[in-house]
Amino acid sequence: MPTEIEFALEDVRRVYAGRTVLDIPALEIRRGELLALVGPSGSGKSTLLRLLNGLEKPDTGRIGFRQQPDLGALPLATRRQITTVFQHPRLLDRSVEENVALGLRIRGVGRATARPRVRELLDELGLAAHARAPAPRLSAGERQRVALARSLAFDPAVLLLDEPTANLDPHNVSLLEERIRRERARRPLTVVLVTHNVFQARRLADRCALLLGGKLVEVGETQRFFETPLDARVTAFVRGEMVW
Amino acid sequence: MIRHQRPTYPCWLLAGGVLLGAAACALAGDHDGRPVLRLATTTSTYDSGLLGAILPAFEKESGARVDVIAVGTGQALALGAAGDADVLLVHARDKEDAFLAAGHGTDRREVMYNDFIIVGPGDDPAGIRGMSSASSALAQIAKREAIFASRGDDSGTHSKELALWKAAGHAPPSNAGWYRSLGQGMGATLRYAGEARAYTLTDRGTWLSQREPLGGLEILVGGASMAENHDPSLINRYGVIPVNPLKNKAIRGKLAAHFARWITSPPTQAAIGAFGRDRFGQPLFLPALAPRAHD
Amino acid sequence: MDTPGTLGAALLDAVILLASGDAALLAVLGRTLEVSLAALGIATAVGLPTGAVLGLARGLPARGTVRALIYTGMGLPPVVVGLFVYLLLSRAGPLGDLGWLFSVKAMVLAQTILSVPLVVGLTMAALEGVDPELGPQLAALGATPVQVARTTLREARSGVLAAIAAAFGAAISEVGAVMLVGGNIEGQTRVLTTAILLETRRGQFSLACALGLLLLALTFTLNFVLLRAGERRTLPRAD
Repeated sequence: MPTEIEFALEDVRRVYAGRTVLDIPALEIRRGELLALVGPSGSGKSTLLRLLNGLEKPDTGRIGFRQQPDLGALPLATRRQITTVFQHPRLLDRSVEENVALGLRIRGVGRATARPRVRELLDELGLAAHARAPAPRLSAGERQRVALARSLAFDPAVLLLDEPTANLDPHNVSLLEERIRRERARRPLTVVLVTHNVFQARRLADRCALLLGGKLVEVGETQRFFETPLDARVTAFVRGEMVW
Repeated sequence: MIRHQRPTYPCWLLAGGVLLGAAACALAGDHDGRPVLRLATTTSTYDSGLLGAILPAFEKESGARVDVIAVGTGQALALGAAGDADVLLVHARDKEDAFLAAGHGTDRREVMYNDFIIVGPGDDPAGIRGMSSASSALAQIAKREAIFASRGDDSGTHSKELALWKAAGHAPPSNAGWYRSLGQGMGATLRYAGEARAYTLTDRGTWLSQREPLGGLEILVGGASMAENHDPSLINRYGVIPVNPLKNKAIRGKLAAHFARWITSPPTQAAIGAFGRDRFGQPLFLPALAPRAHD
Repeated sequence: MDTPGTLGAALLDAVILLASGDAALLAVLGRTLEVSLAALGIATAVGLPTGAVLGLARGLPARGTVRALIYTGMGLPPVVVGLFVYLLLSRAGPLGDLGWLFSVKAMVLAQTILSVPLVVGLTMAALEGVDPELGPQLAALGATPVQVARTTLREARSGVLAAIAAAFGAAISEVGAVMLVGGNIEGQTRVLTTAILLETRRGQFSLACALGLLLLALTFTLNFVLLRAGERRTLPRAD
């Protein structure tokens, strides 16, 4: 089966206050793959995710999504196929179950219709006991699980993960990783994972990319990326020897 | 637009409904079908309860509703000049004449009288008790620099006070420490005079209706009733003036003329003369038709 | 006819008067609620979306000027607004043909002018207090700009309710403007505050006092209901 392209970036540049923070001449992200974006802080990883979710627009170039040449002009229903789990999710001052139902409710799904799906996700992520608790009272790990649940609830085609497990304990990390693996096993789901954790990238990714100073250094199959990198900076990064 | 919150919020719907209902009520207007006569008058006629006692008879006779705007004489005349009132019932003869001369009103009819009195602390530090001339009494107060409380609000009573000072040969004192210009209504001025042990000029009606709380104040010039007031300059004459209906088409000229005829008619005049007798033992206003008690 | 000194007796009279359910009193009460709630309804309908836009559009040009204008509006002297509306609606004024002067509409107009800046300003402040990252996160979940605004308003509900309560309090307790443009006409434009002024002028202190108590009770009741509505959204922890 020929590989379909989910995102196609051409000459994408993003400038903040005169400084180019992202400069990608070309990048294709394949449908159904898990692409890990690694790199140090400030390398442009999160900016790229915001561009992919349409939260920001590139200053030059364009991003195609599937057959659509411009991500910025997607119809609402198509745009709603893409979602992000943030490093610091902002949950609403409502119950956990209302937070998980939020994406469905935004899409016009009735409360009663949403409930079974919400309950299922809460069960899977070990949150069932907190269903009616106010979300702001949860621990960081629980909050991040709610954030993943609210994004999975509406079965997005693209899941963008921005450092979803940074600063979490190993128990929560493995819970979240396991849930993402299970989702990908169940259905075709394109995932772009931003992480500074090379071990996580190696555990989960089909392909990896290193960003440095807003530029793509190298993109490759995970095994090759880690074992026989083409660029010396990748070698240094994956060995934890890079100084920046 | 797709909803993403709870489909129904009974309390919010209820609150919204109440607000919308109130807005609808307010915007629907306050018509009860009757034509409305807007009467601008001074606070003294309204606050004393006189209009409340006599107006129902006019509403019954004419089938109209009378909306009373009780303001100072100055503002009442301004309302007439702007065409915002249909008829005026006021008491400032000079200003009324100027109003008519400017073409703002059709004509003026005498309606009733009451009188002014000078009240002050019972121990009377200026020694004016029993004086028959109000302007002499004011001259005496000025000479002794006894505390005097002035309305200071451009009302009919204030105009009268200024005329009396003029007759007394004094320019209206401005910055003297004993002369206190309050910028307040009659009731508030009387209460101030009671607290500050000051003299003041008041209409008898307000004095009678507020006498109780004013500890220490007594009538010093003007006598215990209108019949005992021997100073013609203290007479306070009320006139009715229909506003010139040519000002704008909303003015109810015919109704205003009807009102002017009605309030000067014998039955209404009798009702004016009777008002207050049961409560104060004396009338608050003497009708213009009755023989004057002062000549 | 009573003395201002006997406050206790006045309070007792007030309670008796309230209990008697006097028809004139009920008319004044009804008109007070009608005028204040109508002004509040219009002010909320206009002010909430405006405040939401201003609070959410953090990059708006001339934002500082707009804020200064709104905060000035929040401190508008009621009597000046009353005078302005009076001159506007006078038969000799530009909108004289409406015939609104000394009507309930004129009172609603004046109170709306006074209330709108309060709703706008406090709504704006409430929304500015919400984490700026919430908007993009909601957008990432598929929310449209209108859905983002509505959800953010709901997150800031206690501040928004405070805005509405403040506007109601300002409207119902205002006297200068409604006296000028309403004229305090019995059975037509008389509301609690103007009735209090009238009865005080007449020396009827116990009646004035009773009306004052009623005014306080009304304001308290509405604030209580509003605050309850705000609290109810915060759910108790599950067992």
